[in-house]
Amino acid sequence: MLKDQDRIFTNLYGMHERTLKGAQARGHWDGTAGLIDKGRDWIIQTMKDSGLRGRGGAGFPTGLKWSFMPKESDGRPSYLVINADESEPGTCKDREIMRHDPHTLIEGALIASFAMQAHTCYIYLRGEYIREREALQAAIDECYDKGLLGRNAAGSGWDFDVFLHHGAGAYICGEETALIESLEGKKGMPRMKPPFPAGAGLYGCPTTVNNVESIAVVPTILRRGADWFAGFGRPNNAGTKLFAISGHVNNPCVVEEAMSISFEELIEKHCGGIRGGWDNLLAVIPGGSSVPCVRGENMRDAIMDFDYLRGELGSGLGTAAVIVMDKQTDIIKAIWRLAKFYKHESCGQCTPCREGTGWMMRVMDRLVKGEADLEEIDMLWDVTKQVEGHTICALGDAAAWPIQGLIRNFRDEIEDRIKAQKTGRKSAIAAE
Amino acid sequence: MLRRLHSEQPESFAFTPANQKWAEAQLTKFPEGRQASAVIPLLWRAQEQEGWVSKPAIEYIADMLGMAYIRVLEVTSFYFMFQMQPTGSVAHVQICGTLSCMICGAEDLIAVCKDKIAEKPFTLSADGKFTWEEVECLGACTNAPMAQIGKDYFEDLTAEGFAQMLDDLAAGKPVVPGPQNGRYAAEPKSGLTSLTEYDSGKTQYNASVQLAADIGDSVKRIQGDEVPLLTPWVGKDGVVAGRAAAAKPPKAPEAPKPVAKQVEEAKKPAVKAKSTPEKKPAAAEEVAEVAPETLKEARGGLPDDLKLLKGVGPKLEQTLNELGFFHFDQIAEWGEAEVAWVDSRLKFKGRIERDGWIAQAAKLAVGDDTDFAKKAKKDGRYEDE
Repeated sequence: MLKDQDRIFTNLYGMHERTLKGAQARGHWDGTAGLIDKGRDWIIQTMKDSGLRGRGGAGFPTGLKWSFMPKESDGRPSYLVINADESEPGTCKDREIMRHDPHTLIEGALIASFAMQAHTCYIYLRGEYIREREALQAAIDECYDKGLLGRNAAGSGWDFDVFLHHGAGAYICGEETALIESLEGKKGMPRMKPPFPAGAGLYGCPTTVNNVESIAVVPTILRRGADWFAGFGRPNNAGTKLFAISGHVNNPCVVEEAMSISFEELIEKHCGGIRGGWDNLLAVIPGGSSVPCVRGENMRDAIMDFDYLRGELGSGLGTAAVIVMDKQTDIIKAIWRLAKFYKHESCGQCTPCREGTGWMMRVMDRLVKGEADLEEIDMLWDVTKQVEGHTICALGDAAAWPIQGLIRNFRDEIEDRIKAQKTGRKSAIAAE
Repeated sequence: MLRRLHSEQPESFAFTPANQKWAEAQLTKFPEGRQASAVIPLLWRAQEQEGWVSKPAIEYIADMLGMAYIRVLEVTSFYFMFQMQPTGSVAHVQICGTLSCMICGAEDLIAVCKDKIAEKPFTLSADGKFTWEEVECLGACTNAPMAQIGKDYFEDLTAEGFAQMLDDLAAGKPVVPGPQNGRYAAEPKSGLTSLTEYDSGKTQYNASVQLAADIGDSVKRIQGDEVPLLTPWVGKDGVVAGRAAAAKPPKAPEAPKPVAKQVEEAKKPAVKAKSTPEKKPAAAEEVAEVAPETLKEARGGLPDDLKLLKGVGPKLEQTLNELGFFHFDQIAEWGEAEVAWVDSRLKFKGRIERDGWIAQAAKLAVGDDTDFAKKAKKDGRYEDE
C-alpha cells in the first residue's frame, strides 16, 4: 500500500488547513522559482521521464503533449487550459483537489504554463461545482495577494495569470475542443482535428488542455524527481492515482493509491469490501461510464492500470472511477441508464451520434423490459459499431462501448429476460 | 429535450448594481474583443439573481457583450443548467440520477420529489416553492445518492432524510448541506484508511459545507455582493500582467451583419457627416481622446430619456448621466475624438458606433422619433422604473 509520505494530495479530505499557509506547511509552493529556473527543457524532460500519463481518461503522456507546443511564439500567445469539467459518471476526484488541495493545482498551473511559454491559464470548471469554484477562486486570490501569481509570479520572473471560468452543465465540454468552443462563448460542439489545439486552439492560438489531476501532480514530481514517481506502478503505467470508488462497496471513497494496485487490495484496504462479500460481485465499470463493464469474477485479480484493463479485460482505466455493482443490480437497466446519459449529452453535431444514441437507448429500453426479439441484440451490436468511430469526437465511441461491454459480458442475461418475457416464466437467473 | 423561451416573459431585466459590477469584472478575464467568452458566467449570474433566464436577460447580456441575440439564446438553450422557465421560489431541486446514484437509491429520491413537489419535473409545486428535475451525473459519486439544491450538494441521502429536508426548506428552517450520514467529505465512512499520520485538528465542515455556512446563500436569490469578484490580475496601472507579457491573440472574425443592419448603415453617413465637427485631430493613427463638453446636471433639471437610444438601457443611462450627459443634443455633438473618450469610459468598446447613437441622437434632439424610440414608448418597456 502507498505510504502517506508518498501521497501527493495530503489534504484530499480537507481535514487540514486549506489556506495557502496550510498548503505551504505541507510542502507546496516550496522553491517554485527554483524549479522554473531549471528551464522549460528540463521540466518537459522530467515530465517525460516520470511517465505521467494524462489523468483525464485517455492516458496520453503529459510531457509529450507539452512538447507539441511551439517553442518560439509566432506572434500569438500560448494558453494552458485546465479541464476541470469533471462530468464522466463515476468520476469525482478533481472535485476533492479543487476544494481541499487547490494549491497543488495553482502551483502546477504556473510551472506547466512556463514549460509551454504560456502567460495565461484558464481553468474551465463544471458549472455545478459552485462551492468548489468559490474555494478555488479564494485560493487564487490568496496567491495573487502573496505575489505567487501575477507579475513575476512566485519570484520566477515569469508573468502569469490564472483565470477561473465555468461551464453550465454540458458533459461534452469535457472534450478538449468543445471546451475551447465553450470558453470562447459558444455552444460546446467539438471541432474537427486537425488543426490540433497545440497549433490552433483557444482564440486560434496554441493551446494545451490538461486534466486537473495531471497538472496538480506536476510540482511534486519535479520536486521529488521523475524516478520517485516512475517507481510506482508497472512500466508505462507509472505514478500514483486518485481512485474514486462508488456503488456497492461498504465504504465508497476517493483515495490516492499507487498505479497497478490490484482491484482486490483497493477494495479491501479502502472500501471495506464488496457489499455482501466477493461472491455477491456482479460487475465492475473500472474507469468511468465510457469504458465497457467487466464481469465480477474477472475483476477480483485485475490490476488497476491502463495496460492491464485494456489489454486483458477489454476495458480501460479511464478516469479511475470504479463503479461496483453487486448481484442485486439490474445490469441491463444500469447500462440503459448510461445509454440515457449519452443520449442526453450528445451535442447533436454528428448524425451517427445524435440519432444513434437515441436509437440505442430505445432498444435498451426494450431489453430492460425483455420486450424484444433475440435478433435485436445483434442489431444493437451492429448499431453501436456504426456509431463508433464515425463521429468528430469520442462521445460516439463512449456511448457505444458500455453497450458492447454489456452484450459481450451479459448476453445470457439479456437473452434470458427476453425468453422469460415471451414464455411468461422466470428464468433461473432472474429468480436468484 | 425541447428547450425554448418560456411563453410568459417579464418586461425587463437589469443586473443589480453589485451584479453589474461583478459582470464587468468578469470581462477583465478575457483579451480585448473576446468578451463573448463571458457569456456563460453572465447568464448564470442572471439566473442566480432571478431564478431563471428570461428573454430580456438574454438580450441584456447580448447587448453587454456585443453579441447577436440568437448567439446568446443558443448558448442558453444548449447548456442544461440554464432554466428557461420560472423555478420554485424557494429552490429548484436537482436529483442526480446517473448510474452510481441510481444503484444507490436515486429513484427513491425522485419518488419523494414526485410525492412532495410535482408529478412531472419542471412543474411548480402547489405552493410554488419548489420545482425538481433529474439531472445527469453531478460528480459526487462516492457520496451517492445526492441532490443539488440551490448552490449546494446534499450527499449520502436517504429518502426519509431527504423528505424531511424538503419540509425544513419549505418551512424556512436551516439545513446543513454536505454528507448527511456523518461523513466529513469523500473519505471512507468507517474511518480514514490513508492520510492518518498526522492530525491538524479539522475545521467543523469540509470546504463546500464551510463555504455554505459562512456565506449563507444556499438557496437565496443573490444580490451580488455576497462574494465579490476581486480582480487581482488587473495591476494598479490597469494592465493584466500575463496579457501584457504575451503577444496579442488574433482579432475575432467579424460577425456578418444582418441585412437590415447593412441597409440601416448605408443610410447613415449623411447624418453622421453633418454632426462630425471639423475640429477632429488631423491624421492621428489612433483617434486621440478629446473630452466632450459635459454638464453637472440636466438643464432645468429635465434630462432627456436617453434610454430611447437603441443600445442604451437603464444602466448605461445612469453611467452616461454620471459622465455628464443628459440630453440628446449633447450626444449628437460628439465627433470621433469624443466618441473615443466616451467609449473608453463605458467599457463597451465600439457600442456607440455599432448602435449608431449619434445618428439616433441627432434625430431625437430635434424632436423626430426613431423606430426604436417609437417602439420603446409604445410598449412602455422602461415605465415601471
